[in-house]
Amino acid sequence: MAVKNFVVASFSDEAVLFPAVKKVRTAGYKLHDVYTPFPVHGLDHAMGLRETSLHTAGFIYGITGTTTALSCMSWVFNSDWPMNIGGKPHFPLPAFIPITFELTVLFSAVGMVLTFCYLCQLAPFVKKHIFNPRQTDDKFVMVIEVTAKTNAEELKRFLVSAGGEDVNEQRVESGWWFGRFDREDRLFETKVEAVNA
Amino acid sequence: MHLKYESTLREPLVDGVKDYHQVTEDIISPIEAKPGKLWYVGFFISLMLLAFGAFSVTWEVYYGTGVWNLNKTIGWGWDITNFVWWVGIGHAGTLISAILLLFRQGWRTGVNRAAEAMTIFAVMCAGQFPIFHMGRVWMAFFVLPYPNTRGPLWVNFNSPLLWDVFAISTYFTVSLLFWYSGLLPDFATVRDRAKTKLRKLLYGVASFGWTGSTKHWQRHEALSLVLAGLSTPLVLSVHTIVSFDFATSVIPGWHTTIFPPYFVAGAIFSGFAMVQTLLIIVRKILGLEDYITLGHMEAMNKVIVLTGSVVGCAYLTELFMAWYAAVPYEFATFYKYRAAGPLGWSYWIMMTCNVISPQVFWFSKMRRNVAVTFVMSIIVNIGMWFERFVIICTSLYRDYLPSSWSYYRPSWPEVGFYMGTFGLFFTCFFLFAKYFPVIAVAEIKSVLKTSGESFKKDMEQYEQQSAEEFEAGLHHDDDHHHDAHGAVAHAHHN
Repeated sequence: MAVKNFVVASFSDEAVLFPAVKKVRTAGYKLHDVYTPFPVHGLDHAMGLRETSLHTAGFIYGITGTTTALSCMSWVFNSDWPMNIGGKPHFPLPAFIPITFELTVLFSAVGMVLTFCYLCQLAPFVKKHIFNPRQTDDKFVMVIEVTAKTNAEELKRFLVSAGGEDVNEQRVESGWWFGRFDREDRLFETKVEAVNA
Repeated sequence: MHLKYESTLREPLVDGVKDYHQVTEDIISPIEAKPGKLWYVGFFISLMLLAFGAFSVTWEVYYGTGVWNLNKTIGWGWDITNFVWWVGIGHAGTLISAILLLFRQGWRTGVNRAAEAMTIFAVMCAGQFPIFHMGRVWMAFFVLPYPNTRGPLWVNFNSPLLWDVFAISTYFTVSLLFWYSGLLPDFATVRDRAKTKLRKLLYGVASFGWTGSTKHWQRHEALSLVLAGLSTPLVLSVHTIVSFDFATSVIPGWHTTIFPPYFVAGAIFSGFAMVQTLLIIVRKILGLEDYITLGHMEAMNKVIVLTGSVVGCAYLTELFMAWYAAVPYEFATFYKYRAAGPLGWSYWIMMTCNVISPQVFWFSKMRRNVAVTFVMSIIVNIGMWFERFVIICTSLYRDYLPSSWSYYRPSWPEVGFYMGTFGLFFTCFFLFAKYFPVIAVAEIKSVLKTSGESFKKDMEQYEQQSAEEFEAGLHHDDDHHHDAHGAVAHAHHN
């Protein structure tokens, strides 16, 4: 958690947003994030984000489910309590398939959703700063971090020329914290800054 | 950036002139407004039904399953009929949200949220029946394989009834996760435009702190796609396993390999009918005719006529096999006790509702008629209820021993239980329609510029141009990406 300065610009049209992202990256500004009301295809590539490996995680959870189901059922039927059920074999693989399949799907789905929530830091009562309340409605909100090397005023002019609307500077908490959306944001100063102050 | 170009010949998915903000307004504002009188009336009726259901179930638990009109011949009656019926209804939601996502069917965006909600509520209703059919319902946890003090005595992993436990609980969990992960961004939309403190608090908690970050959207898309990929075989497996409850037995009329595909088709058939019933009411009451269009209804009616015909083929195949196999018991079940005999009337209701009446949907005029669709959706659901009744009861009421033959009619706790699940279903659905975005807002926005009516109109001029004219136009305003032309220009560059 850290308090940082950001320059925020809103865009109304994807067709303006894409060239603007390109310009900001070419100019070497530190692009914090772009918040959009819906998934804008290709924006992740335009921003230079790498592909997500969530599917790989899903696969690993899935085979964990497969092995759990098969090993548990065969342990129960063969070693823990071998029972004669109508003279059927103790390892009836075809009869194990339905439960094995269901557990594969269950482990994969639950695991992926939990991983998704962990990676995106999503949970009930988690609060994050909303740069523009219309970023979940109709605006594409570009947020650029003001670093020691950034000239904020120049950056604002640059964003206006790139088609940004409602360009402003905000000093906010950049991470998440436990909080409620009906309460004001909290600022968590880093310890180093507190000592210097 | 819309790299996809869609011809104006294709019907728009969103009618009217709308921008992104208008979409939010249209779908979210019913949540913020006070519900109408009809909502209160409907909600009250549902609660009454639910209360009566709770009373019937309490009665059954107190006095035992003997209060149901089941006997040693008819071990399964209304309870399992209703179970299979409700599970089947649930299948359309997953089909729309998962299979149509994999097939890239854009029209699913208008109906998927409500259909998924329907799935979850239907599965909740379905689950009640096998649980209370256990009789000593406080022992219901015995179906779970956990290390216990009874040996440990494990469950029988060879039993289709146990497969059902795994299938239904997995199906419910995965559907819920899929639905809720799609709801997160829409809850955030409600939260960020909320005027009251309470709404900001509640939707803030429900949205898990969603911001709309590009990285999060990227993961969200990956998650949706994989969940869709998992749900597709899952939904097929669930009704397959339900059909195994019958198919792996040795009862004439049940012991048949046709059951899995026949049950899955029937499930989708009845599920789409229920989606139609609900959405025709929802679009009217919430004024969402621009999003749930006649085109959507037509697409679903096409699925209904297809799956209805598949089911019809299955009925005829069963009849043929009952004769062709030359097994006297099989023959008697189908020709003497199912299509004729004391319960024969149920067979002909099933045939009329499921096979004959859906044929009206071969005509486009009928598919696009709201009143016809609504009436048909109810007829199909009645027919599909009778299909399960026919399969279960007409196979059981006349077994190998004529002295144990009997007729079957439900007792009041059985009917009350069924009515109670209607209460549960509609109570949940009324709450959903009031407090949840009934249409996936973010998904509609993502198809708006390719498939919205007003945006498609802008494309018309380009469709009239020759290739040379279009090329010349591109070089003319290469750097202006402000209008619909810009989207085309970009598509061209990519």
